[in-house]
Amino acid sequence: MIAYLIRRLLYAVPILVGVNLLTFALFFVVNTPDDMARIQLGIKRVTPDAIHNWKVAHGYDKPLFYNPEESGAQFFTDTIFFEKSVPMFRFEFGRSDDGRDIAQEIESRAGPSLEIALPVFVIGMMANVSFALMMAFFRATLVDVWGVVVCVAAMSISSLFYIIGGQFLVAKLWHWVPISGFEAGTSSLKFVILPVVIGVASGIGSGARWYRTIFLEEVGRDYVRTAKAKGISEVRVFFHHVLRNGLIPILTGAVVIIPSLFMGSLIMESFFGIPGLGSYTLDAINSQDFAIVRSMVFIGSVLYIIGLMLTDISYTLADPRIRLQ
Amino acid sequence: MVVILWTDGLVFLLLGLILAFAAFASRRPHLSLPWRRVGRSKSGMISAVILLCLISIGLLDSFHFRPQIAIDKGKPVYSVEVLSAFDALVKTMRDHTERTYSSPFSAYAFSRETVVSDGVQSRVYPRLRYGGANLADPDKERIPDILKRSLVAVLEGIGTWALLGGILVISLSRGKGFIGTASTVLRGKTEIPWNAMLGTLLVIFLIAFPAFALSSHYHVFGTDKVGQDVFYLALKSIRTGLVIGTLTTLVMLPFAIFLGIMAGYLGGWLDDVIQYLYTMLNSIPAVLLIAASVLMMQVYIDAHPALFETMAERADLRLLFLCMILGMTSWTGLCRLLRGEALKLREMEYILAAQAFGVSRLRIVTRHILPNVMHIVLISVVMEFSSLVLAEAVLSYVGVGVDPSMISFGTMINSARLEMAREPMVWWPLAAAFVFMFAMVLSANLFADAVRDAFDPRTRVAPRRILPEKDEA
Repeated sequence: MIAYLIRRLLYAVPILVGVNLLTFALFFVVNTPDDMARIQLGIKRVTPDAIHNWKVAHGYDKPLFYNPEESGAQFFTDTIFFEKSVPMFRFEFGRSDDGRDIAQEIESRAGPSLEIALPVFVIGMMANVSFALMMAFFRATLVDVWGVVVCVAAMSISSLFYIIGGQFLVAKLWHWVPISGFEAGTSSLKFVILPVVIGVASGIGSGARWYRTIFLEEVGRDYVRTAKAKGISEVRVFFHHVLRNGLIPILTGAVVIIPSLFMGSLIMESFFGIPGLGSYTLDAINSQDFAIVRSMVFIGSVLYIIGLMLTDISYTLADPRIRLQ
Repeated sequence: MVVILWTDGLVFLLLGLILAFAAFASRRPHLSLPWRRVGRSKSGMISAVILLCLISIGLLDSFHFRPQIAIDKGKPVYSVEVLSAFDALVKTMRDHTERTYSSPFSAYAFSRETVVSDGVQSRVYPRLRYGGANLADPDKERIPDILKRSLVAVLEGIGTWALLGGILVISLSRGKGFIGTASTVLRGKTEIPWNAMLGTLLVIFLIAFPAFALSSHYHVFGTDKVGQDVFYLALKSIRTGLVIGTLTTLVMLPFAIFLGIMAGYLGGWLDDVIQYLYTMLNSIPAVLLIAASVLMMQVYIDAHPALFETMAERADLRLLFLCMILGMTSWTGLCRLLRGEALKLREMEYILAAQAFGVSRLRIVTRHILPNVMHIVLISVVMEFSSLVLAEAVLSYVGVGVDPSMISFGTMINSARLEMAREPMVWWPLAAAFVFMFAMVLSANLFADAVRDAFDPRTRVAPRRILPEKDEA
């Protein structure tokens, strides 16, 4: 198992290099450092000197992929790509275009992001599973039919409407919580509660419907029939056998997004004015801050790969027949 | 002058492909059987009727032209504005622009303006230029006028519906008598649930006929900030949604099918490379990848303004590019599914038999593997449609969606969102976007379910989302 994980870690390196290469190409080949300098300096008539100074200050005055003036290892290392990519593997992200340290920003913003994303994940999971259980338990009755109808209707509504509708009803009409904003500490509860409720509500349609099919598949298995034939009550079969076995694919399937919870939610954070990583990324996209977007892409990929590895581990924990080699 | 935009061409290509397949499959029972199962599904056919109505609006909106405005020395001069056949059809709605907001069916503007009459300044709600302009005293005459017009339209709608229903019954009766056939159809004793479909059509007609009839004298869904009719905007958004939902899959399919089957069937180093490729693309957060690509394209478009003759062409190319980018980020899921299926099929006995007979690899792939994975492709295509329509709205909100000048659900929501804080609230643009988007996505979801059940009742394809759950929320 350890050897397997080490191999997976090594396999992650080429993927991260590929991710870096791709984002680098996307941003740099079309949007050259000269263009970036012009956008950042914000003046129509920029002197070549000013552009040069900006490039030197931000470390963009080198060739893109290879340096014909150098030899040996320097041929590749003395380039923008190398200098901007390699420190990322040490989690040094440099400075954003407005001069702030990106790593520090990420550190301070991960907290608020998690405060929304983690409850949404945990409560959402419980809500989806309970709703799905209810539909599967009362399968082929009116409860089930209408449950599915509600689910399909709920998943046909854009998430934007959940947020707009929730903000309007709860915050504007009833004045239960503030519309948006954030405070650190325990007083953050009143700011966090509405985004969490909306996050859970908007995911319940597709989630519950999907888990329902998993439970129903489990209900049709042979061991359920055997258990019933032995005279075990419907309720006990359901909550003892079906629930436990159905949870295995559900939980192992959800593991992959746990690390990515750190990234926060773009839309939710910007609607509610929460100073998390999601709104940070969105602002960076809108102001075309290349350094931030690239760092976020890198972190996102790292977290995704960690998620994949956790998934593998959770498979072995849930099902002892699976061995990682 | 007829203008064929890129997306128009592709939409008609897709339509042609679908019609060609329908003609091809109708004579082959093994291909048409699952579709007959779709035809028996009540919810599937009801949603198909709604979708067909939306699609016909979208198709009408895809015939583009530039109107001739003058003749200069024998040469016609064309406007720089690109219109569609649909624009020409609802010309009154398009032309009836007010100055700013007005609520649905209102004859007055939404906010007070200072008006000078007889030298006295007063703050009043001014009359609208078009909404209820035919009335002398809107306070008294408005409601009766609306009722009268809708009643006439409702009768027209019922008449048209009865005509269509009659034609249907005659075509079904095949000499068995009109009354008898009509009663079997209405009692739902037919294989295809015609009664449910006719009922849906009646409901649509009862809503659509009055809405269109009233739109020439009122603003059914009010007007937006710059005075455009919101009903018109919502109808125009249908095409954008349909284009994104369909063309994206059209763009992504060749990649997913080709690479997925290659990886699964040939294996070896090719498999490793393809797996590496999609793991890498998957590991980048989808929104960020889309954002990066759209920003890059934006820079390119800004740098080459000379390439585009009209604004519509620029917006259209941006739409096409958005479809490509969305396709690029979403082919990985289907590719992985196909790879797994091809791996499984490779070990089947009939493939071994074909290999033993010396059939070439290319022929094995096209004759034996491809037809046997097509149901997976079809299911994932129809399931993908609704999530793409939803993703468009989110992306346009983030600012990396369609061109701001292009009318879409996303741009509608985005511009209406800022008016939430107004007192009293401007709710109608949001309501219109909600109603149309909900109808479209819901019917697409129901139709997709019917297709999935008919083609493969046992598949457990996870509901795929273009943007991960947390980003959509």
